[in-house]
Amino acid sequence: MHIFLQQLINGLSIGAVYALIALGYTMVYGVLKLINFAHGDVYMVGAVLGYELARCMIGLAAPLYITLPIIFLGAMAGCAVLGFVIEFCCYRPLRHRPRLVALITAIGVSLLLENLFQNPHLFGAAPRNMPRLFDIKPIISIPAAGGAAPVTMSNLDLISLCLCFVLMIALSWFVLRTKMGLALRAVSFRVDTAALMGININWVISVTFMLGSALAAVAGVVDAMRYHVEPMMGLVQGIKAFVAAVLGGIGSIPGAVLGGLLMGLVETLLKGYLPGGYSGYSDAAAFFVLILVLLVRPTGLLGKPVAEKV
Amino acid sequence: MRVMRYWLLLVAAMFTIAGCKKQPGSSSEILIGEFDSLSGSTAVFGQGTHNGIVLAVEQINAAGGVLGKPVRVIAEDDRGNQDEAVSVVKKLIDRDNVLAVLGEVASTRSLAGGGVCEQAHVPMISPSSTNPDVTKNRNYVFRVCFTDDFQGSVGAQFAIRKGWKRVAIFSCANSDYSKKLSYFFKESFAKSGQIVAEETYRDSDKDFMAQLTHIQSQNPDAVYLPGYYSEVDLILRQARNNLGFKAPFFGGDGWDGATLDANSEGCFFTNHYSPEDPRPSVQAFIAAYKAKYGQIPDAFGITGYDAARVLCDAIRRAGSTDRDAIRDAIASTKDFPGAGGSITIDANHNAKKPIAILEIRGGKTHLADMIQPE
Repeated sequence: MHIFLQQLINGLSIGAVYALIALGYTMVYGVLKLINFAHGDVYMVGAVLGYELARCMIGLAAPLYITLPIIFLGAMAGCAVLGFVIEFCCYRPLRHRPRLVALITAIGVSLLLENLFQNPHLFGAAPRNMPRLFDIKPIISIPAAGGAAPVTMSNLDLISLCLCFVLMIALSWFVLRTKMGLALRAVSFRVDTAALMGININWVISVTFMLGSALAAVAGVVDAMRYHVEPMMGLVQGIKAFVAAVLGGIGSIPGAVLGGLLMGLVETLLKGYLPGGYSGYSDAAAFFVLILVLLVRPTGLLGKPVAEKV
Repeated sequence: MRVMRYWLLLVAAMFTIAGCKKQPGSSSEILIGEFDSLSGSTAVFGQGTHNGIVLAVEQINAAGGVLGKPVRVIAEDDRGNQDEAVSVVKKLIDRDNVLAVLGEVASTRSLAGGGVCEQAHVPMISPSSTNPDVTKNRNYVFRVCFTDDFQGSVGAQFAIRKGWKRVAIFSCANSDYSKKLSYFFKESFAKSGQIVAEETYRDSDKDFMAQLTHIQSQNPDAVYLPGYYSEVDLILRQARNNLGFKAPFFGGDGWDGATLDANSEGCFFTNHYSPEDPRPSVQAFIAAYKAKYGQIPDAFGITGYDAARVLCDAIRRAGSTDRDAIRDAIASTKDFPGAGGSITIDANHNAKKPIAILEIRGGKTHLADMIQPE
């Protein structure tokens, strides 16, 4: 039983990161009906920014309650700018072209970022470890009966889970309670009508990209601390988060979080309980679960059924 | 008439291009190709090997080169990618027209590049790929290191000597190196101990918590981890920091390059060499390497160095730049005085070399034992 509990904690802590990235996919899709394949690489840039900031901060020996917010907020701000630039330069000129054009551009931006950061003058292809800001150690430890290993949760996992939920609540508040959020929902219903209502479409779309990118940056910094930083790290995480967004119902904010957490849990439980030689297939099995869910609910778990206008 | 002129131009151009393709050895230097992971997640492998090769070639050229010509190495980076390895080896053979190829540490990439060399009939020497399949049924592919059947059984013997009765295996499902090494370890160890858990991961994985949780629940005395150093770093960090899992981990030569810190303290790995090896050939190599690069070489430095010297020796003995003659000369290498020990290429194109068992203690590796091949 305690092993199952440990696997739940493992699954939730990686699921929280999927959820944070999935939010960006889902918001952009909600507004533009565009799958922003460069989003996984924005997450990578977030990790790189976090790494560089941490390297600068470590020399100052400032207390943790100053360093951590600076690293997180700095990476978020940097990625927000990147998200704005990507939308402004790459997607905005193509907004009235067929949707496929923007999709291919997104893949192009993704490849550009991945290869740009492999340049040794910018970052290089070798993985780098984040400077140690604090000791990652089990913070919650529930002793198990019979001398078995205790159920543990590390301080970093706790931080990432809390961040995920706080940010999701903040995002929901923003979308549901602010004027900008109202504009955002209006644009996602119908762009041209929203424009007639006096909404600045371009600005709303820019804000969407900036918000999504800032959330990806948070995920990037968490993963940089947990694993390491390398230019290709956004590839797999990006695809999994995209799948999570589809699983939860793309376009739906609670759906992205639900999908992300579910992806993390399914993946972890499969890895933990499949017979040893097969744990390498857990990703394939997780995608199989996606197919099953989509067969039953084609719009995802929390997605609204769409009636196609004929 | 006009069309005819274009055709003539085209034919002339084709002849010019064909004329540019040089026959091997027609140039004024001996060209050797190298493919390695100079960047990427196994960059330590490629950089160490490259340093060793460059050092060897420098010494050979200072002593007058080979067949009276200087040796030049063209190094290509495969970024630790199997497909990239195939295309850079093709490039070395087709464009640069190299005489022979040195390369790869990772067995998966040596298998891929070896296939290209085999087809093109270009001799290849892998400095440190240990999977037996790398040279199996290959006419033109050789290696100057031990193989995983030896390395796996040495790991198992070591575990038995340590008194570890219950061992878990955690291997990489899509690495030829990891698969074979864990197979041979299991074969040797299962005779006298118990394998309590067998878990796998994929080389793109970053999170190993699920498998580690399962391994920890089986309460093993130690965990055999035949992986590459960057994976080892992540796995050890997650086991120690997140789970508080204290059992020692041990592995193979892929560990060389791992961070030596509190997480890896008390872990062991089998390797091609130890800087503490007192043999004069090893110490002379370390002194030369330190003089050039200002650091103590890793195992890939010494295997790269030996591979380049074995190849140059074979070209010298072949007495020509004919690739088949060079192949035959490599195959008949006998008692070559390599820095890491005497090298004799056997009928299976492998070398027999001693294995060093290294212990990580106090942020450094220490030579725990040296095992001679039977």
